[in-house]
Amino acid sequence: MTGGTSGLGEMDELYEAIILDHYRSPRNTAPVEDPNIDLEVNNPFCGDEFHIQLKVEDDTVSAVGITGRGCAISQASASLLAELVEGKSSTEVRTAVDAVRRLLKGEEITDEEADVLGDIEAIGGVRKFPVRIKCALLSWVGLDDALKDHLSK
Amino acid sequence: MSNSNSGSRQFDIDSIRADFPILQRKINGQDLVYLDNAATTQKPSQVIKSLTDYYEQTNANVHRGVHTLSIEATDGYELARTKVAKFINAPRSEEVIWTRNTSESLNLVAATWAEANIGEGDNIVITMMEHHSNIVPWQQLAFKKGAELRYLAHNDEGVIDLDDASKVIDSRTKIVAVTHMSNVLGTINPIAELSARAHEVGAVILVDAAQSVPHMPVDVQALDADFLCFSAHKMLGPTGIGVLWGRTDLLEAMPPYMFGGDMILEVTYEDANWNDLPYKFEAGTPNIADAIATGAAVDYLTELGMDNVWQHEQELTAYAMEQVLSLDNVKVLGPQDPSLRGGVISFIHDTIHPHDLGTALDQQGIAIRTGHHCAMPLVRSYDIVAAARASFYIYNTKSEVDAFVNGMSETEGYFSR
Repeated sequence: MTGGTSGLGEMDELYEAIILDHYRSPRNTAPVEDPNIDLEVNNPFCGDEFHIQLKVEDDTVSAVGITGRGCAISQASASLLAELVEGKSSTEVRTAVDAVRRLLKGEEITDEEADVLGDIEAIGGVRKFPVRIKCALLSWVGLDDALKDHLSK
Repeated sequence: MSNSNSGSRQFDIDSIRADFPILQRKINGQDLVYLDNAATTQKPSQVIKSLTDYYEQTNANVHRGVHTLSIEATDGYELARTKVAKFINAPRSEEVIWTRNTSESLNLVAATWAEANIGEGDNIVITMMEHHSNIVPWQQLAFKKGAELRYLAHNDEGVIDLDDASKVIDSRTKIVAVTHMSNVLGTINPIAELSARAHEVGAVILVDAAQSVPHMPVDVQALDADFLCFSAHKMLGPTGIGVLWGRTDLLEAMPPYMFGGDMILEVTYEDANWNDLPYKFEAGTPNIADAIATGAAVDYLTELGMDNVWQHEQELTAYAMEQVLSLDNVKVLGPQDPSLRGGVISFIHDTIHPHDLGTALDQQGIAIRTGHHCAMPLVRSYDIVAAARASFYIYNTKSEVDAFVNGMSETEGYFSR
């Protein structure tokens, strides 16, 4: 792909094609009408930030909108999240978030979890770049916390 | 004409590089190109050896000891202080106080001098380009005292407006606390002019010299400064040690910062009184080894001559600015004229985020800094949340600048695949 003497080929695991695709063309960025979850999350240390909106009806995510700015990893990860949660139950979403957390910690995930994640497993390449894990997790953790709050209401 | 800044050793880049063991390291299989010098510099073997020599040959506690090692440790510790004093042209070495770093030096002044001299309705003047360490202590003090924190504005290129400064600094100003050189913009601020204005209204001036003392000749008397702060680790020295220089009359009138051993003259069960300068501000066993190694760092820089250090960095900065500005999609923050800035180049790329750029350059062995550079309000004032920064020192070469610029092009190629 690239690489050669420059050493950039080593980054291919971090910047898989699907990551760059989601970075350039993030999914589900339109604002959600009448959201019942609406939050801003940011990491002041690196400046990544997101506006996350969800509409949860009958325990199902009927609409999602995520916009933000930051590095390729954080933005692609949020786009993958936005694509995943649409139509999922809150339990399914929380299971997926937990699987991604473990994936990024280098822990095993089950075959069922891998099926749910699908393309998102590509985000696991971040493991080799530990300082970037927080970039990948920011939107996921933010959404998970918000969903937890919403469910406890 | 003899000049204390001209140096006794030839400024030979190959022989300088040979003094830095870390420059032999490979990073991700590539030669290390270290361009994060505004964060911390690398250490020459002379400084590293000073540390090991101290611990292997001299280690003992300082002051009051009558045995040989204690006397040698005390002499080394105090000699280093006199080297630092001479380096910044302080009138007296007792005016040089060892701290942990620039942040502690700034906090010391805020907690002692400013605590005693600033009241309700007074104001504190800083610039909009300060490091967090020269913002937050003043914000907290202003909250506590009901004082006003005022900011000196700068133009789009990061240059302070002196006409505006003469209005902002007024009869209620007690202290003007400004960075000598911005760690983000590279701007070199007009300290002597600001000192004159501060003194005209009866205020004192504190200079955050963390980014200037390592890179250019700094003379506290020529600047007419009242306080000046810097860190050893940004000038070839070890981490964990910094300097507060202050005028004798101010330091003598200030209350102590910390209490304990060494800072007292006499203690009874009822009360205590304070030791003379500088010990009044050095409670507890000090950082002896690192102070001595700071002396070794000062020796190294003095031998090279600070005029030569500055000239090398100016040449490198001009060369790098020309190359970086020639890249499409890259914008450099701060003065565009290299002669108005130090060797710090912060930049943003239109399409590649600083962290992606940082990771990609690291893969190529090139160390730069990315993020808010401990100056969040400043970085946000450019409507960005992060920037990339390359910063130079004595061991950096034009071919390293070429490697960096080439690395940027490689990175653009990678992300446009």
